[in-house]
Amino acid sequence: MSNVPHRFAPIQRLLHWLMAACIFAMFFIGVGMVSTVAPTYPPLILTHKTLGVTLLVLVVIRLAVRLHYGAPPLPADLPPAMKLGARLSHLLLYGFMIVMPLLGLGMLWAAAYPVVLYGGIRIPALLPQSDRVHTLLWNAHFYLGFAFFALVLLHLAAGLFHALIRRDGVFGTIALLPSRNRTTPVE
Amino acid sequence: MNQSGRPPRSRLGSLVLIAAVVGGAAAAFAYTAGWLSPGRLTPERMIAALTPPSGAPLGHRRNHAKGICFTGVFEANGNGVELSRAKVFARGTYPALGRFNLGTADPNAVDATVRVRGLGLQIAVADGEEWRMALINPPVFAVSTPQAFHDLLIASAKKEPEAMKIFIQANPEFVAFAGWAKTAPWTTSYAEEPYHGLNSFIFTNAKGEEHAVRWSLLPTVQPGLVSQAELEKRGPDFLEQEIAERIRTAGPQRWTMVTTVADPGDPTADPSKPWPEGRRTVQVGTLIVQRIEPEQDGPCRDINFDPTVLPQGIRVSDDPFPAARSSVYRRSYDLRAAEAGDYPRTGTVKP
Ligand code: HEM
Ligand code: HEM
Ligand code: HEM
Repeated sequence: MSNVPHRFAPIQRLLHWLMAACIFAMFFIGVGMVSTVAPTYPPLILTHKTLGVTLLVLVVIRLAVRLHYGAPPLPADLPPAMKLGARLSHLLLYGFMIVMPLLGLGMLWAAAYPVVLYGGIRIPALLPQSDRVHTLLWNAHFYLGFAFFALVLLHLAAGLFHALIRRDGVFGTIALLPSRNRTTPVE
Repeated sequence: MNQSGRPPRSRLGSLVLIAAVVGGAAAAFAYTAGWLSPGRLTPERMIAALTPPSGAPLGHRRNHAKGICFTGVFEANGNGVELSRAKVFARGTYPALGRFNLGTADPNAVDATVRVRGLGLQIAVADGEEWRMALINPPVFAVSTPQAFHDLLIASAKKEPEAMKIFIQANPEFVAFAGWAKTAPWTTSYAEEPYHGLNSFIFTNAKGEEHAVRWSLLPTVQPGLVSQAELEKRGPDFLEQEIAERIRTAGPQRWTMVTTVADPGDPTADPSKPWPEGRRTVQVGTLIVQRIEPEQDGPCRDINFDPTVLPQGIRVSDDPFPAARSSVYRRSYDLRAAEAGDYPRTGTVKP
């Protein structure tokens, strides 16, 4: 098993935590901005759009990196159901990371809003105005946003479960810094 | 597994920790979403306050619900360049799209029952940039803050006569607007009205100098003034018929765009406070309305004239209204787009 990595590559670990922080911010900015009429609203929505589009770029890079480096195997003693759950949930997380920004952009295009990011960067519309498409994408962005948040919480709980209860080295595969004291990866 | 040198933490302790982290994140999320703060002024509450007892105007704007589309051009004369580097002020002609409207939540309101008239406008600047605005005819706004606007809507919907008295005691700035509403003459045409932006914005010019400004579209025809009763006799939809007829027979209609530049210390954060007389004004161009189209299939129907859609060179100021309006207009747009089936297109123009 000498070719199998024991940890995610540094770039993968960096991207994982950078994007995790940004995605958490996106959830909070999203629900915060739509529930306020305060002067913070325009800067919040500007940040939501800019960060969201940045995340779209990052996920593309992340997928390319993932295809290149692969992933370390899960512990051999992990029950098959848990392994399947882990794989499926990671797949879903990737799906959300790709789909959410696209829905956000699409919903603005379909409402004929100009999409302007920080620094006046403009994203040209790829969809014509349409009530129906706007409503569809709005609903998807709304409901999938909550589903994404729920899955991230589950993922967080699972990660902590590995780190604190199973102590099986899974957390160490993605941890930003190697921790001497913790566990060694699967052997 | 579990080759750690440290003594294993108690399973229960770890489980509690995990539950606390996940629960804490969920609670923070709920708090941010406003679910734990029913007192927060949300766009939903503002829309609820706008909704008449008879029900929401499904498929229509939640305010300024009655209106008619226009298209035309904005002709910039170049004078605005000294104030703002926005490309729209460079001498030239830019496509414009807009909507004449009445400040009511009833899309079928009788024209003579609605005091406030408005104009929504979108000017297309070069390479996809846009400038959107929504202006009204009173010279001052009714209240100082978005919260006060909400309170006004609540108070004016109440039946007790005391409600408005209490409101005015708390928001004395309302008196100026009320005076205008009571005494200002009624015109018989959208073309005869001035439309005021009221909100303050910051213009930045090529040198990086900033000025707080407000702008207005001033009519170029003499108003024909009538009493409210006289206007009522002309019919419930007179204004829409009149503007269509006027443009058909007399040709395009014009408004001069005038920006007023604040002196330091002028009240930029409060649209209910006019700036003192004699402030510098700059005529920056002319809006030319060339064509009228009914709203139902018209190009203005699906535009949100969100006043924070601004080109580079114009930005919001410390005036709290554009932000509040942007948030509420977005919600109004989401609702009416989802309800488009309640206000079906006639199907001749667009699906
Ligand atoms: C990882 C990516 C993203 C996540 C997790 C996310 C999440 C959210 C959430 C949770 C909301 C609040 C929904 C509600 O409570 O009503 C929201 C709203 C919104 N998002 Fe995103 N978003 C993402 C990307 C984007 C992008 C890229 C854009 C646009 C460029 C965008 C535009 C919007 C808009 C305009 C709203 C307000 C919708 C409305 O109510 O009209 N989002 N988003
Ligand atoms: C928005 C937040 C997050 C997202 C979208 C996310 C996404 C992902 C994805 C897609 C993977 C699979 C990597 C791959 O196989 O290519 C992964 C792995 C992992 N994540 Fe996260 N993550 C987030 C936050 C967190 C947090 C807060 C933790 C903390 C406990 C965490 C712990 C882990 C662990 C331990 C792994 C490794 C699993 C393995 O070895 O297969 N993640 N994450
Ligand atoms: C916090 C205060 C305000 C609230 C809550 C509010 C609410 C609304 C709403 C819900 C709409 C319908 C938007 C749509 O569906 O596209 C609207 C339209 C409009 N508002 Fe306001 N408004 C406020 C302040 C103002 C001010 C200060 C002005 C003028 C200076 C103004 C002028 C207009 C005009 C002209 C329209 C019609 C635009 C169009 O034709 O689409 N509003 N307003």
